[in-house]
Amino acid sequence: MFYLLRRFIYAIPILLGVALLCFSLVHIAPGDPLVSVLPPDASEDLRRQLTALYGFDKPFLEQFLHWLTRALHGDLGTSIATNRPVMSEVMTAVINSVRLAAVATLIGFTFGCLFGFVAGYFRDSAADRTASFLSVFGVSMPHYWLGMVLVIVFSVFLGWLPATGAGPGGSGDWAWDWEHIQYMVLPAVTMSVIPMGIVARTIRALVAEILSNEFIVGLKARGLSELAVFRHVLKNVAPTALSVMGLQLGYLLGGSILIETVFSWPGTGFLLNSAIFQRDFPLLQGTILVLAVFFVLLNLLVDALQTLFDPRIQRN
Amino acid sequence: MEMTLTKPAALPVVQRSPGYWTTVGRRLLRNKLAMLAALILLALVLMAIFAPVLMPADPYAASILKRLKPVGTEHYLLGTDELGRDMLSRLMLGARLSLFMGITPVLIAFAVGSALGIVAGYAGGWTNTVIMRLVDILYAFPSVLLAIALSGTLGAGVGNALLSLTIVFVPQIVRVAESVTTQVRNREFVDAARASGASSLTIVRAHVLNNVLGPIFVYATSLISVSMILASGLSFLGLGVKPPEPEWGLMLNTLRTAIYTQPWVAALPGAMIFLTSISFNLLADGIRSAMEIKD
Amino acid sequence: MTDAMTDTLLNADVGGPAQPLVIARDLIKHFPLKSKLPWQRGGEVRAVDGVSFEVRKGETLGVVGESGCGKSTTARLLMQLIEQNRGELIFDALGVGSAQLPMKRYRSQVQMVFQDSYSSLNPRLTIEESIAFTARVHGISASEATARARALLDRVGLEPTRFAGRYPHELSGGQRQRVNIARALVLRPRLVILDEAVSALDKSVEAQVLNLLLDLKAEFDLTYVFISHDLNVIRYLCDRVMVMYLGKVVEVGDTETLYANPSHPYTRALLASMPAMDPDHRTLVAPLAGDPPNPINPPSGCSFHPRCAMAEDVCSRRAPVLSDALAGHPVACLMANAGGGHSRQMPAAASPLAATI
Repeated sequence: MFYLLRRFIYAIPILLGVALLCFSLVHIAPGDPLVSVLPPDASEDLRRQLTALYGFDKPFLEQFLHWLTRALHGDLGTSIATNRPVMSEVMTAVINSVRLAAVATLIGFTFGCLFGFVAGYFRDSAADRTASFLSVFGVSMPHYWLGMVLVIVFSVFLGWLPATGAGPGGSGDWAWDWEHIQYMVLPAVTMSVIPMGIVARTIRALVAEILSNEFIVGLKARGLSELAVFRHVLKNVAPTALSVMGLQLGYLLGGSILIETVFSWPGTGFLLNSAIFQRDFPLLQGTILVLAVFFVLLNLLVDALQTLFDPRIQRN
Repeated sequence: MEMTLTKPAALPVVQRSPGYWTTVGRRLLRNKLAMLAALILLALVLMAIFAPVLMPADPYAASILKRLKPVGTEHYLLGTDELGRDMLSRLMLGARLSLFMGITPVLIAFAVGSALGIVAGYAGGWTNTVIMRLVDILYAFPSVLLAIALSGTLGAGVGNALLSLTIVFVPQIVRVAESVTTQVRNREFVDAARASGASSLTIVRAHVLNNVLGPIFVYATSLISVSMILASGLSFLGLGVKPPEPEWGLMLNTLRTAIYTQPWVAALPGAMIFLTSISFNLLADGIRSAMEIKD
Repeated sequence: MTDAMTDTLLNADVGGPAQPLVIARDLIKHFPLKSKLPWQRGGEVRAVDGVSFEVRKGETLGVVGESGCGKSTTARLLMQLIEQNRGELIFDALGVGSAQLPMKRYRSQVQMVFQDSYSSLNPRLTIEESIAFTARVHGISASEATARARALLDRVGLEPTRFAGRYPHELSGGQRQRVNIARALVLRPRLVILDEAVSALDKSVEAQVLNLLLDLKAEFDLTYVFISHDLNVIRYLCDRVMVMYLGKVVEVGDTETLYANPSHPYTRALLASMPAMDPDHRTLVAPLAGDPPNPINPPSGCSFHPRCAMAEDVCSRRAPVLSDALAGHPVACLMANAGGGHSRQMPAAASPLAATI
């Protein structure tokens, strides 16, 4: 219990540090932050007005605190490019990204567990070596390339699935029907490969380690059935497996930009992409902040759940 | 009190056991898969170094007429890209930047991260707390996001991309270095060294480094494949290498629209990234299992 | 001037034969508890709680006690691997760490052999490199250090041509411990602290190493402080014995006297708990009741009183001091403290609780 409390309290300075880093990003950028707003022949007057409007003339710490207070109230500023509030843009995008990432994680987790269990149970067999090789495959795969290859195979050659986009209604209109899901298949499968590799590796190592424990041999010697042993292994593997899955979900959310770019999926990654190239700093700051905070909170949740499930980690 | 020393005129020949790294090396050489991976990597590196000599055509020579020729075209063995440039030559030359951008950040991060981590691990106390908390803040970002955020704000270019990637990898190496150093520091031979009157610097040099650099190095090698994918990924997004320089990630980016007309050609650069990445991973795995000897 | 001569001059006797080699006065060392929350701070483990003793030149002083009594901490304080919170350490009439005896010079005269023979050697160095390191730290040249290392390996029974270039994992426990002993001797120290140095060895190997220690002591004119929980080994090796309990010294005495007529109730119980070889002398009742106490929350007054067969009311209120009422045999018990308040007096020649031979 106290461990959780301490972990929670500890997350606060981390979040502050994260916020500070996000905010500072704009200030490390070379060039004029106003370059995307000001026309090239703007007068000094206009420049001064806009600088004051955006608060760029105030000292750094003051700007930061100002920004932070507003952010805590849900106001992340206005996108320079679209003139819409950043928060709403980010939220729409986040929902899309979460949909995709969740499905991808589920796929990756399921198959990863399968491969991992097979490899761990049948150590050093052909199945093990295949599964291990596949997981190395998954971890070494440049996923953006895999996306392209899948598009080539399933869209260009076979025509079974659409190549880009999130469905007929665009980003705002999602439904769980084939009309829409067909757009999700390729990106989700592509994204699932990395967590699949990592989960497979982790689970293989875990299962092999548990099975080699001396007390398993003792249990078997006393006539415990294979099924019961399997249930026991499952119980021991579950906490770690779930926490790995949680972490992978976080990574996918944070790192989705590459896949979303390939498939033009209207998620946070896509948003990030446009923010970078349009030098839309409020949007950039806001998106990164939301993603990073999400990641920290997710880690915290995973930690908390793991403490609940695994009595050995009761750090008292 | 005197002790008579038997100081022989010439020191007798002493049986020397093979050292740690010799044993690791021998084990590694017996691992066929790792050796295959090493061979592939060697071929790629040689190709990168000797590219200007090996290239059949000028990698920068564009020609609208010769756009997107398929694989197996006469004079253009692997086809041409969207600007009519020879794919084979560009892939060969592209190896330089791709490999460079994959390996360099990890090398720098290894140097910087090890130093910080070892100091944090050996010194303990406030030094440790300060360093590790700063690392925690950077660690709170998923790597891809951090790399893109830094790259995105610094702007495109090889230097900026290298900087971003190094910053992404340093915290990871610091964590591993600190953890390993703390473990070593608590072992009794460090106490014995302190008991003999050695200074902290001497102890780190003679006792800590030789126990710590191995595990850190192994971890760093596992990062190279990630670094390659990430570096090419940055170029893929337009944040790394700038055109017309050939680099595999950038080539993937510019050839994206070509998947509808020349899919095989468009897929080639990615295949190179994949090949290199998986070779690094297999080699790193091989090194790791070779090091799992009695410690 | 050869290194051998320089060494002898540096490690020369200062105070004369009557001066104890080591005097420890009121050493106190406590470790603060790592608290989880700010309102739980303040607890500490009083590992060494006011320990005073002396080590005479040329003797072997044994230190016994249960786990947690502070013997290892005392060893580390002696070696100055950790610094005491209070108390002073005097080596041959010079203050340790003072201008007359800076720490590095102290370390060339006092060395330590640890319990775990494996983890006390750097797995990445050959054993001659490990031994030579100590010498090189003190400025001895590489060739001279290697030569010394080989000579010492030979002296402890490990043939240099076979062993010098080996790594620790290639040696057995007993061989490694010999290496540790050789390392401790490379600077020709005057005092060697042996912290459970033979406890982890097989019995037959242990016997060999003990005999080696005795030979080396005579040849190199050493003084030993020997820490152990094995009462038989202590009896075999030591001239005097110091008994510790919960961070304090409870009794010090000449080995034969102590074993034959233990004064402190704890010593008596300890000696009585040694299994006897003679079936006629069975112990039917466990001499020492209860669990070893918690060093974080020691009992009030005399820390032994909850387990003492002769405890009285006053024992829970007043802590005894180590008094030398029995001339040359200090005991920390209210029965031996004049005016201690205990109804009984420490008998001058107490009958042992059970025959132990």
